[in-house]
Amino acid sequence: MTIASRFQPRPEGALRLTLDGAPLTAHPGDSLAAAILCHSGEASRTTGRDSPRTAFCMMGVCFECLVEVDGLPNVQACMTEVRDGMAVRRQMGLRKLGAADV
Amino acid sequence: MSDADLIIIGAGPAGMAAASIAVQGGMRVLVLDEQPRAGGQIYRNVGNGAPRGWLGKDYAAGAGLVADLGHPNIRAEFGATVWRVEVGGRVIWSQGGISHISAAPHLLLAGGAQERPTPFAGWTLPGVMPAGAAQILMKTAGLLARDAVLAGSGPLLYLIAAQMIDAGAPPKALVETQTRAMMLRALPSLPRAVLALPTLVKGVGLLQKIRSAGVVRHTGAAAFHAEPNDKGDIAFSFTAKGRRHRIETPLLLTHQGVIPATHISRAAGVRHRWNHAQQAFEPIVGPWGRTDQPHIHIAGDGAGIAGADAAQAAGALAALDILHLAGRIGEDSRNQRSTAPRAALTRARAIRPFLDAAYAPSPEILAPEGKTIVCRCEEITAADIRQSVAEGANGPRQVKTATRAGMGPCQGRMCEITTRGILAACGTSPSPPRARTPIKPITLGEIASLQEQNA
Ligand code: FES
Repeated sequence: MTIASRFQPRPEGALRLTLDGAPLTAHPGDSLAAAILCHSGEASRTTGRDSPRTAFCMMGVCFECLVEVDGLPNVQACMTEVRDGMAVRRQMGLRKLGAADV
Repeated sequence: MSDADLIIIGAGPAGMAAASIAVQGGMRVLVLDEQPRAGGQIYRNVGNGAPRGWLGKDYAAGAGLVADLGHPNIRAEFGATVWRVEVGGRVIWSQGGISHISAAPHLLLAGGAQERPTPFAGWTLPGVMPAGAAQILMKTAGLLARDAVLAGSGPLLYLIAAQMIDAGAPPKALVETQTRAMMLRALPSLPRAVLALPTLVKGVGLLQKIRSAGVVRHTGAAAFHAEPNDKGDIAFSFTAKGRRHRIETPLLLTHQGVIPATHISRAAGVRHRWNHAQQAFEPIVGPWGRTDQPHIHIAGDGAGIAGADAAQAAGALAALDILHLAGRIGEDSRNQRSTAPRAALTRARAIRPFLDAAYAPSPEILAPEGKTIVCRCEEITAADIRQSVAEGANGPRQVKTATRAGMGPCQGRMCEITTRGILAACGTSPSPPRARTPIKPITLGEIASLQEQNA
């Protein structure tokens, strides 16, 4: 099932990205999370128990917005500004975060 | 070696006001903010110049503060995540995957607030977001919700509803948890709130706008429940006036007020206390923003929720005190220059007792039950936490060890306060949970490369 964006459509943006290979456009200054939310209403990741999630707090607090960007996992999409040509992948299932005690 | 005379963490109203006064007093200031631009959440993206008049005049007022950050003696770093604050004034921060160490004799924490987590059945579903997050999307990307439902309580809910109406994307309904009894309990605080008359008048104006836009309003709502319908929209149900209601919406936006963001202040060793009226932990600060840590001041919502005007005033007071402690201005001069910000702070705070009582968070969100997820990262439910308490866990540490709640990447930011609520509902009065370094997740590689730089 494809789920439409939960937001009103905006004019096409000048920047071109891909999400799991599908094209999407964005405006300079958009956070990656905003661009994804504008594109689709579907989950942008799933948890270790397979429950669907999308970006939530939009301010770097909740870590629900983690996606893979140009091969790099666990990127906080709400804190990342879009760049032309970004290849974004949804993160399905659990990915270990490199958190460490110092 | 000091990189600056003062490091300010957070470029919202408190941090920006403080930076401006500190440089006027001759200091070199380093400002660190995690967001891509200055403004904090309240003035987020205001310096970007996008024509978004529907955000209102109060929002546009932040532009002047942002412009002041251009002073040559202010170095402002954005996308800069502080992950360690050391006793003695060293701050370690990460930007673009590289960590840096900065030091200064004075540190001002102005990290502001986060939205209170609003756990209820279904709040993790795609299509449920905090209302503040939707407002950030409006401010930063001009993104407008389709037929959203706003649910919860608090003045921010009215502001966002009004902004959505002005932007041509009115909410489908406003579902409020506050009850008539809460409003009655708040009434004795109303005379004091009159000191903040412009704020009250603005609030009444927002309510009028919502009424004349014909937005459906429910109050005294409880027993929130969200589930996906067959289109992937949210079927939202709740009880109000003794009857169950159901609304379908692509986007359910919830809000139960904001709470101080205290991970940095807790990790820095500052003493905290529970604020019962605001149902949140806050650092203990004096009238100038001083804490029990000799080099650390705190100003703004991070020291207790009072809003943007109060934050700006508290930032000014802290900066004056820091100039005084650094020997740059005398005590008399500090006191004299504090008159205007002190008065502004008193005015801005006058409305809080009223707001705190009238829009207190709903009890079932403070201490949820059953299968409602509390820790979103580790998927721990209210029942899991209640069971750990029944089995003897009597504080945040024990609950965390027993259930893993709070061990995920958000490091408890989304669940600690709910765990506290459940512990309190079970009859304990827990102390503030510890915050550990790194305060935000950081890769081992980044830590290793930092150690090499320092070797
Ligand atoms: S949406 Fe919460 S951290 Fe990105």
